[in-house]
Amino acid sequence: MPVVIVDGQEIEIGADERLNCIEAARRAGKEIPHYCWHPGLSVVASCRMCLIETGSRDAATGKITMVPKLVPGCQTPVKDGTVIVTESQTVIDSRARVEEALLIDHPIDCPICDKAGECLLQDYHFEHGQAERRADLHPFTSRKRDVGPTVTLFVDRCIMCTRCVRFTREVSGTGELMVTSRGAKEEIDVFPGFPLDNKLAGNVVDLCPVGALGDKDFLYQQRVWFLKREANVCGGCSAGCSIHTEHNQDTVYRLKPRENPHTNKWWMCDDGRYGWHHLHDQSRVLAAGRRRDPGRNGHGAPADAFDAVEWADVTTRLRADLKAAGRLAVAVSPMLTVEEAWMLCAVARSIDPEAFLAVGHVPTVGADETFPGGFTIRAEKCPNRKGVEAVVALFDPASRSWGDLLAHVEAGNADAAWITGGYPGPWIDDATASPFANLACVVVQDLFDSPLTKHATWRLPAAGFAERAGTWVNVAHRAQSFGQAIKPPAGVWPEGRLFWNMLGRRGLYDPVAVRQQIAGSSAALAALAGEIPATGVDLRAGQLA
Amino acid sequence: MKPTDPAITWLEEKPLGLAERLYLPLFISGLTTTARHLVSPKVTVSFPEERPTVGNPLIYRGVHRLNRDEEGRVKCVACFLCATACPAHCIDIVATESPWPDREKYPESFQIDELRCIFCGMCEEACPVDAIELTSLLDLTGKSREEMIFDKEKLLSVYDMTKDAEPMKSTALGGTL
Repeated sequence: MPVVIVDGQEIEIGADERLNCIEAARRAGKEIPHYCWHPGLSVVASCRMCLIETGSRDAATGKITMVPKLVPGCQTPVKDGTVIVTESQTVIDSRARVEEALLIDHPIDCPICDKAGECLLQDYHFEHGQAERRADLHPFTSRKRDVGPTVTLFVDRCIMCTRCVRFTREVSGTGELMVTSRGAKEEIDVFPGFPLDNKLAGNVVDLCPVGALGDKDFLYQQRVWFLKREANVCGGCSAGCSIHTEHNQDTVYRLKPRENPHTNKWWMCDDGRYGWHHLHDQSRVLAAGRRRDPGRNGHGAPADAFDAVEWADVTTRLRADLKAAGRLAVAVSPMLTVEEAWMLCAVARSIDPEAFLAVGHVPTVGADETFPGGFTIRAEKCPNRKGVEAVVALFDPASRSWGDLLAHVEAGNADAAWITGGYPGPWIDDATASPFANLACVVVQDLFDSPLTKHATWRLPAAGFAERAGTWVNVAHRAQSFGQAIKPPAGVWPEGRLFWNMLGRRGLYDPVAVRQQIAGSSAALAALAGEIPATGVDLRAGQLA
Repeated sequence: MKPTDPAITWLEEKPLGLAERLYLPLFISGLTTTARHLVSPKVTVSFPEERPTVGNPLIYRGVHRLNRDEEGRVKCVACFLCATACPAHCIDIVATESPWPDREKYPESFQIDELRCIFCGMCEEACPVDAIELTSLLDLTGKSREEMIFDKEKLLSVYDMTKDAEPMKSTALGGTL
């Protein structure tokens, strides 16, 4: 195994690993500061922040020969016997001078800069900068330029790391951003008439180590130190990107991609990034209600047509209504977590042992879209079809779909239906919803009212993606568990809590307990047992052998 | 830090002398203080008929005000540093893009819940542009809780009301304008 010496500490690296000095030093617990280098982009070694001393140790004699000048750590690959020195006086002085040079042109408008608090220029200046300024610096207001519908460029805050330029060339493949002028007058810009407008545009804001690129959706909304972050999974499509939901006082302010080599690497798409606004939509269904007039075909506004029902009564009255109605058909929404889906199936079978179980409507938009960098936005706009299919198959091997359920209802084989939704937008039309008018009892559990609500006996609210806890299985069979990031609005029980109570379980809804139970009862989902790492597990992992 | 830490010097209490044990000298000195205050000038003020005098308005911590710049615009740049520093969480700011070319953002709304405020002066300390200041207005009353939530206009009007009597502190203290 090749051995690399980092500040006198010998570390072993894999024989076929290709690491640079930054990555090797990180293995030894040493962080080499860097602006322009990013593991997902090409190397330009332009910021000079990662300058370090290197050398090599002769394998035969053990003699160490150092390179007589500083080299950029990002551009220097390590091999057996490479010596890295990250804390010598020369390196420390070099970092301080780079910081000093960057600050000469910087507006130093940290109090009004949205990046303040998570800015690498601030952090590195604190850690590696000089205690005293030698230049006479005055704060000024940065020039501002629109580079696209979602991104604003604060020209003077830029430190010219060109991460954003490389991103649009290498990952999104759209190449809108470029560097204009030369030397000290270098600036990031777009060609006139070709704005930064692609589905991965938001990533340049995450990549920017300083406050030069601002997300218009988040600009001026909140200071970053007020935000709390919860490791979560994007519910926008079946790719299952790992994200951080950043929130304050139960309001989501932004979503950020979370590094996961198995799903999204470092990126996420703008559809997902801005796909949280429905959580705070005022038109959400916010209370459980039961239709007032028994004829049920009243088309009045939901507020007039439904009587509010206390959640404690919902659990008993819902069960009684469905039992009285007779043959039950249940649509298990692919927006539900594996745990919720499993409990819903269990509840349905406890009401009607012959209940018809089907995977709910799977919304699809266009075709899968793959970018040159390998990032794929899936056409299937639900996060957990694979997981729900696996759960429904545990109860009913026939693995039925939403279409089968519609046919089943239309044929008059059902007397009651329980449709779970949780869809962020419109998903069903009047014609598709019409067969449900003939049923004795229809339970509609969704984020928003839809044509189905007209036929609903029970109108129940659903939870949004950040309000759920549980496990989602993405299109590549990777299961990721996550916790609840924010509390749902007052009056909304997440599906998991309702199902948990309807199963007669005691205490608070515990998704981990349910997950362990599922893993114990099914070979297909056995991989869900135990602790699930932050990057998730492959459900097929245990079955290959 | 543990009690055994070498940085700690432990001192023994001095044993009581004869005078202390007799109690009488201490009794007399206490009674002298009482007697002195009986004849010294009174400091109690019959508020609100009589107004107390504020010793030094520069360090007095009364009602807040939001300062204006030379053009009469609110000086605040909506950086949220006062709200961050506030231990009582009584400052609520909504920031937005400023309509002026020389400024990046400004507060669309700026509210201070004066009932929640503990008048510690941390907001004044934190402000990087000397926009928020505590005046020497000390009698703060209102008929409802809502009335005691001061919005931007009200805080600016406090500035208009007090700017002549109390110029911006930053200049008086040699700070930046």
